[in-house]
Amino acid sequence: MATVASTPESASPAPATPRPVATGRVYGLVGEFDTAAELYHAAEVVRDRGFKRWDVHSPFPIHGMDNAMGLGKSVVSYIVLCGGLTGFTTAVLLTFIPSTITYPLIVQGKPLNFFTVPAFFPIMFELTVLFSAFAAVFGMLAMNRLPRWHHPLFNHERFARSTDDGFFISIEATDPRFIEADVRELLESVGAQHITLVHDHD
Amino acid sequence: MADASTATLPADPAALAQFDPVDIAQVTRPPLVTSGRNMAWITNRVCGIVENKTPLWWWIGFFITAPIAAMTFVLLGYLIFTGIGVWGENVPVAWAWDITNFVFWIGIGHAGTLISAILFLTRQRWRTSINRAAEAMTLFAVICAGLYPALHIGRQWMAWMLAPVPNQYAIWPNFKSPLLWDVFAVSTYFTVSVLFWFTGLIPDLATLRDRARGKYSKYVYGVLALGWRGSNRNWRHYEMAYLLLAALSTPLVLSVHTIVSFDFATSVVPGWHTTIFPPYFVAGAIFGGFAMVLTLMLPARYLFGLHDMITAKHVDVMAKIILLTGSIVGYAYIMELFVAWYSGNPYEWSAFLRNRIAMPLFSDHPAPYWWAYYCMMSCNVLSPQIFWFKWARRNVYVVFVICMFVNAGMWFERFVIIVTSIHRDFIPSSWGMFHPTWVDVCTFIGTHGLFLCLFLLFVRFLPMIAIAEVKGVLDSADPHAHDEHGHDRGHSRKFGYAAGPQREEPLPLVGSGVRRAYLKEVTEHNVADHVSDPAKHQAPGDPNKDEDTGKPGGHAKG
Repeated sequence: MATVASTPESASPAPATPRPVATGRVYGLVGEFDTAAELYHAAEVVRDRGFKRWDVHSPFPIHGMDNAMGLGKSVVSYIVLCGGLTGFTTAVLLTFIPSTITYPLIVQGKPLNFFTVPAFFPIMFELTVLFSAFAAVFGMLAMNRLPRWHHPLFNHERFARSTDDGFFISIEATDPRFIEADVRELLESVGAQHITLVHDHD
Repeated sequence: MADASTATLPADPAALAQFDPVDIAQVTRPPLVTSGRNMAWITNRVCGIVENKTPLWWWIGFFITAPIAAMTFVLLGYLIFTGIGVWGENVPVAWAWDITNFVFWIGIGHAGTLISAILFLTRQRWRTSINRAAEAMTLFAVICAGLYPALHIGRQWMAWMLAPVPNQYAIWPNFKSPLLWDVFAVSTYFTVSVLFWFTGLIPDLATLRDRARGKYSKYVYGVLALGWRGSNRNWRHYEMAYLLLAALSTPLVLSVHTIVSFDFATSVVPGWHTTIFPPYFVAGAIFGGFAMVLTLMLPARYLFGLHDMITAKHVDVMAKIILLTGSIVGYAYIMELFVAWYSGNPYEWSAFLRNRIAMPLFSDHPAPYWWAYYCMMSCNVLSPQIFWFKWARRNVYVVFVICMFVNAGMWFERFVIIVTSIHRDFIPSSWGMFHPTWVDVCTFIGTHGLFLCLFLLFVRFLPMIAIAEVKGVLDSADPHAHDEHGHDRGHSRKFGYAAGPQREEPLPLVGSGVRRAYLKEVTEHNVADHVSDPAKHQAPGDPNKDEDTGKPGGHAKG
């Protein structure tokens, strides 16, 4: 936050685009690219400069972008594993407790002990899948901090293209290396267009 | 490489040899999105379906299907208030059209999951154009399917007993029963399908949100898009979740129809008690489901002008899957027959010989339902065999007619399995016939209305093609498209596509006749796509406000 305060609006010399009247906190600088390839190469540069709080935005996931950004494997898979184990355990308890302890009842001549387990496989399988699927979706949303109804980037008019055919890099002002003039220069050097300072509120 | 798809190749093998084989493969691979459409075109075309004025045919379709859908619920209300006797069920045919229709609809759903999950895991990039609509079809088919078992139980207000709810009656579901497995399988299937479908929709809902003009559409799509902003940090988790959902749905879809078949296979009824049922049911489900996908997609493709995304290749591939699964189903029919004879079990053999095969011309005692058996055989086994011929797979009218046969044939298959097996059991004194009542017939028609009505609502309000995924298969989606040596041909986790153009099958050996034939075929294929496909009539110069922003080739810096 201190960095933000130390980069007043006037710090950037001759902005490439006219800047809207700023009334809120600076969110960061956003640059736009025409193609996935340009975005990819720009991301590699930004990664190598050591930025931490930045992101790229594209209409579709770009192959290899995780490497270009220096990101590792998603942890959603572990969340799903936990979900699956929970579902499996639930199914084991749900089938065995009534069938062997609370309501023992011989049906279809099947035993009351552990050896009736094949009859329970379908339930165990289904509940494992069900809980895993919930874990996948809600785990993904939690890791992405979604849902959220607003984001400072939505204040940027051109940003709507990110779900159409635009490719964007956003570098947040909270990044320790964020100095507006330098970041602007960096984005220009990697070929970004429409470099815009985005604010938290209009 | 930019307009590679339209380049022509020298026919002379010597001239051909000067090309790098990898480049040739790129040149000749039929593009998944034709006419060199770019990303903006895809967005406009798909979102336009939702945003433009509602076409007249949609209103006509809606006003026909909506009352039919409503009729379903009126008749189901009538069933609940009057009793299960309003259907033609009797003893011995206690399961009749209700379970036939249940299995019919649930089977249709399976193609959607197959396209969205199994083809995703097997990196079939062509699935992107059809998976969204096919998944929607799955949901609507499962809704139609779910109505039947829920209402055929007789005392519908006791349906809660299916759930493991602690209660003071000390009643607990029997977890050893296939019918209870079915409850878990179908409800899990529906839930997971909804989750999978919605997860896929999130980026496209964001596209609609960013384009929305109206106050309400802004709000609704804004809420549904969950604040998605295409961030790669989000895509990373999103893709992992999507991959895992696909990996979970794949065994799930196989399990659902397996468990449905257990409803029959674990009984002792001749004609049901057979171990071939699980694979046979799964193949049949995929078979019937693909026919329904084409039944819906061919008109939608025509009406919305989606020929550049759902290309002749897509129809061709789906016809091949129908041929394959239809042949598997045919094999299962024959094998079932063989085992009935070979087992030496007189009841089993009788269920086939006397109750199915015996037809009036050749038997003094024809089977009462012989016509259903022969309908099933001819529609499911014989009719798809025409897809061995390329001209048939390339002719949408032929494909559509065959799909209608398959739809009907798959219904007859379930009717044959269920009704003919139980209408004559072990003791001739308890034999009987099933006659559907008007409620049976109208409820069945009603579910079709419900299915189509929901599908119409879907195409009107949600993107019927997965916009983000289709963009991902464009050549320009490849981040290494213009690198000299940077071609990354490895598989990508990203939506299951390898980056950029890739070969899906090995190129035949250099200099061989096979290779020449292959190149000729795919080149002709491209040309044919560009010449005969009606989509071309609405390509660039389309008068009806098709904002065609596409530069030819559609590739950045091409």
